[in-house]
Amino acid sequence: MAHITKANNLHEWLDQRLAIDKLWKVLAAEYWIPKNINFLWAMGVVLMTMFTILVISGIFLLMYYKPDTKLAFDSVNYTIMQEVWYGWLWRHMHAVAASVVFLVIYIHMFTGIYYASYKRGREMIWISGMLLFVTFSAEAFSGYMLPWGQMSYWAAQVITNLFGGIPFIGDELVIWIRGNFYVSDPTLTRFFMLHVFLMPLIIMAIIGLHFYSLRIPHVNNQDGEEIDFDAEAEKYKAGLKKEAKVIPFWPVFLSKDFFVLGVFMIFYFYLVFYHYNFAMDPINFDPANPMKTPPHIYPEWYFLWSYEVLRGFFFDVGPLSAMDMGLIAFGIANVIFFALPWFDKNDEVAPASRRSGGFAIWFWLMVVDMIVLTIWGKLPPTGFNAYIGYVAAVGFLALFAALPAVTARKKGLLMFVILMTLALYVAGYMEYTKALGNGFVIVALFVIFYALFFLNPVFVRNRGGAR
Amino acid sequence: MRELKILAIIVVLVGITYWGIEPYAHSQMHPHHEPATFSYGDLQAIAANGDASKGATAIMNNGCTGCHSIKSQNIPAPMDPVTASASYGVNPPDLSNIAAVVDHKFLANVIKDPVKAFKLAHKFNDTKPFPMPAFYGSDQDLADIVAYLVSIAPKEISPKEAYETACGRCHNLRYDNWTVIGEKPKFKNEIEKADFELKLAQYEANLKKYLGTTPPDLSMYIRSRGHEYIRDFVEDPQKILHGTAMPRVGLTKEATEKVVAYLEKVGDRKKEKRNSLGPWVLLYFVVFAVLAYLWKQKIWREVH
Amino acid sequence: MAQSRRDFLGMVFGAFAGAGGLAALYAMKRTWDPLPSVMAAGFTTVDLSPMKDGELRTVTWRGKPIFILKKPPTDNCNTIPDESKKRLVTIGDSQYLVMIGLCTHLGCIPSWEPDKKIFHCACHGGEYDACGVQTFGPPPRPMDIPPFKIEGTKLVLGEEGPEYKKMVGKA
Repeated sequence: MAHITKANNLHEWLDQRLAIDKLWKVLAAEYWIPKNINFLWAMGVVLMTMFTILVISGIFLLMYYKPDTKLAFDSVNYTIMQEVWYGWLWRHMHAVAASVVFLVIYIHMFTGIYYASYKRGREMIWISGMLLFVTFSAEAFSGYMLPWGQMSYWAAQVITNLFGGIPFIGDELVIWIRGNFYVSDPTLTRFFMLHVFLMPLIIMAIIGLHFYSLRIPHVNNQDGEEIDFDAEAEKYKAGLKKEAKVIPFWPVFLSKDFFVLGVFMIFYFYLVFYHYNFAMDPINFDPANPMKTPPHIYPEWYFLWSYEVLRGFFFDVGPLSAMDMGLIAFGIANVIFFALPWFDKNDEVAPASRRSGGFAIWFWLMVVDMIVLTIWGKLPPTGFNAYIGYVAAVGFLALFAALPAVTARKKGLLMFVILMTLALYVAGYMEYTKALGNGFVIVALFVIFYALFFLNPVFVRNRGGAR
Repeated sequence: MRELKILAIIVVLVGITYWGIEPYAHSQMHPHHEPATFSYGDLQAIAANGDASKGATAIMNNGCTGCHSIKSQNIPAPMDPVTASASYGVNPPDLSNIAAVVDHKFLANVIKDPVKAFKLAHKFNDTKPFPMPAFYGSDQDLADIVAYLVSIAPKEISPKEAYETACGRCHNLRYDNWTVIGEKPKFKNEIEKADFELKLAQYEANLKKYLGTTPPDLSMYIRSRGHEYIRDFVEDPQKILHGTAMPRVGLTKEATEKVVAYLEKVGDRKKEKRNSLGPWVLLYFVVFAVLAYLWKQKIWREVH
Repeated sequence: MAQSRRDFLGMVFGAFAGAGGLAALYAMKRTWDPLPSVMAAGFTTVDLSPMKDGELRTVTWRGKPIFILKKPPTDNCNTIPDESKKRLVTIGDSQYLVMIGLCTHLGCIPSWEPDKKIFHCACHGGEYDACGVQTFGPPPRPMDIPPFKIEGTKLVLGEEGPEYKKMVGKA
C-alpha cells in the first residue's frame, strides 16, 4: 500500500498515486544519451513527429472519407479537398508526410549502418526498426489505395498480383487477399480497415518496442565508443556536466532535436504547400478505371528500389523464368536487411570510415546501388535501362553476399563473389545483346569462374579463413 | 562543421535521387512535344472582306440553322440535345458564342472541310461521312458567314461560357454540376431527377457510339494533367495522343486560357487559400527554428 | 506425483486454450474469404445456342469485357495463319473466338467493325484481325484468351477446360 498523505497540490496528488516524478526521471530527465552525437541522432524524434502528423491528419480525413468504390474518389477530391475547412491541408500534409517519412526512415537506417549501431547488443534495436520499416510499408501501400484513383487501382492490382508467384497457393492467395478475383470493393474496404486501424495499432506497439530496445544497450555515439552509462550519469548528476560523456534526454538532447525538427519542418511544409506532386501523383487524380490501364505504372518512390530488384531479371535461365527470379530476388531484398547484424562478421563498432577491410567502400557502394535501383525503378525498362536495372539488382544481392567476406576479411571469398558477379554481368550483357542468346552461356560461365576460383592463388593462400 | 558536411552529403544524394525519379524519369516517360502556338498553320487563310449582313443571309440559305441554334439571335435548336445526339452522335453547337472562342480561320475551314480541320481523317471517310454535310458555297460566302458569327459573338466571354461552348457537349464536369446536356438543375422530385438522368444516359450512350469511347469528366484534370498539357492538348489532340477520337476544336489562345482557368477554379478551388497560408506556416517554422537554436545554444553551453 | 499431475492439467488447459485460439483464427480467415456471391460472379456461364453467325457478344467476367464472336470471318486472319486459327474454339458445330476484349496496348476496349472484319481501338488506333491478332498500331500482342470450359453449348468463363489448356499449350 502506497503511503498516501494529504496532497498540497495536484502534482503531489498524482505523484502519490502514479509516481509521476519517478516516471519523468526514467523516461526523460534521467534517460541518458551520449553527448558525442550529430544531427543524424535527431531523426528518431523527426520520425516520431511525422508519425504524429500522420495520425492527426488521418483522423480528420477519416471524418469525411467514404470507403466505397463509388464514393471514395469524390469524398477525397471533392468533399475533403474542396469543401471541408482545411481538408486540403490535412490531405496534403498526410500525403507528403507519408512520402517524406520514408526519406527519414532511409536516412535513419543508413545512419545505423554507417555507425554500426546494429550489433554488439543492439540487434533488437535494428530488428524492431526493420519491423517498423515493413509495417510502415504496409501502411503506405494500403493508404495509397484509398483515394481510388488510377494509380491506387493499378498499383494495387500489380502488387497483389505478386503474391501469385508463391508456389502452389499463389493464385488462391491473390483472390483471398483481394476478396475478389480482381481489385474491387471488398479489396478497398479491407485495406481501409488495415490502414486506419490494424496497421497503426501494430505500428504503435512496435514503436514502443523500438524505444524499449534502446534501454539496455543504450544509444550509440559518433565514435562507437563504449560508455559506462551509470558512471557517466553519476558525473553529470554531480554537476560535472562538461566532463560527463552523457546528457539527459530532457532538456539537453531534445533541445537539439527541436532545432533539427524546426529546420526539417520548413522543408516539409515547403513541400506541402508548393511541391507536392512527387507525393501525390497526378495520375491518381484520374478515377480508378478497371477497363483502362495507365501508360506507366510505378510504385511510390520509396518502393522503387525493391520494385527494380523485381524487374531487374529480364531473361529466363533454364526452368527459371525471369518473373520467378525477380520474385525470388524481391523476396530476398525485402527481408535481407533484417539479417544485416549476422552478415556482419566482426565485432567492431565504429563509423564506416574507420572500420577495417573496406567496409566503407561496401557502405557507399550500397548507397549508390540503392539510388541507382530507385531511379531505374521508375524509368521505363526498355533498351539499355533493362541492363542497368539487371546490374543494379544483381549488385544488390552481391553486396549482401560480399558482406561476410568484407567484414571477416576473407579476400579469397570476396574475390569469388566479385568474379561471380562479373560473370553474371557478362552473361546478362550477352542476353541483352542476344550475342549467344540462351541461359546455357550463364551456366558455362559459372563453371569457368568456379574453376578459376579454385585455381586462384589468392584463395589457396587464404583458405585458412580470417586472419 | 562536420554536421554541415554530413548535411551536404545527404542533400546531394537526395537531390540526385529526386532528379532521377521526377524530372528525368518523367522526361523519359512522356515524349517531348512542341508547345502550342495556336497558329493553325496547316489551314488556309480566309478572304479578308467578309460582310456580316450578307453572312446573316448565307447562314440561312446554306441550311446551317437546320441543325445549329443561335440562341442570342432567337434562333432555337430544331431538336433537343438527346434527339440531336441520336441523329448526329453529338449535339451540334449553338453558334451564339462560337466566334468568341474559336479561331476565325479555323471556323471557316471547319465549315469548308470539317474532317480536315478537326483532324479526324482516321475516323471519317467517304463510307463513313462526317455528320456535318460539305459546304458548297463560295469562299466569299464563307468569309461572310464568319464575319456574321464574329459580329454576333460577345466581346467578353466568361471562363465558364468558354468551357460550355468549347468542351461542354462531350465532357461532364461533375464538380461544377455540369453535364453534357447542360447544367444539372435542382430537382423538385424523384421523377424529374430520374427523367433527367435517363436523358443524360441516352445522350452519353449516343456519344459513346459516335466516338467509340466515353469522353472523360474533366473535374480533376487540372491536377491530373496540369496547365501545359491541357493547353497543348486542346490545340492539337492528335499531336499528344495519336489516334484519339477527340477533334481539334480550334480554340484561340485566349479561349484556351479561359478554359484552363475554369478547370482550375473547379478542380483546385483552394489554390489561393493554399498559396496565401503557405508563407505564414513557413515563417512560423523559421521563427520556431531560430528560437529552438537559441534555446539549444543556451542549454548546451552548460555541457560543452 | 502432485507435481506431474499439475503439469498434466496445465498442459490440458494450454492445449484447450490453444484449440480455441485456432478455431478463432479459422473464423477470421474465413471472414477474409471472398463472399459466396463474389465467387459465383467469378464464373460466368454463357449459353451460345441463340447466337447468330458473325454475331459479337460482350459479356463481363471478373470486371473485364469478354468478346465472343461466332463464326468469325477467318478469311481476314491471314497475318500469321496458324497462330490465328489456333485461337478459335469449336463448340457444337461452329467455331468461336473467345477473348478478353481489352486492347493489349493500354487496356481500352476495341470495337468490332463487321464490314471491315477488324477490331479497332479508338484510343490509339490499334487494329486486330477477326482472330484478335494485332495487325496495325501499337498493340504488342494478340488479345488475351480467358480461361474457359465448354459444357455442351454453354461456355463457362473462369474454369480451365481441356480445350483451353490445349489452346494455351498447358496440356
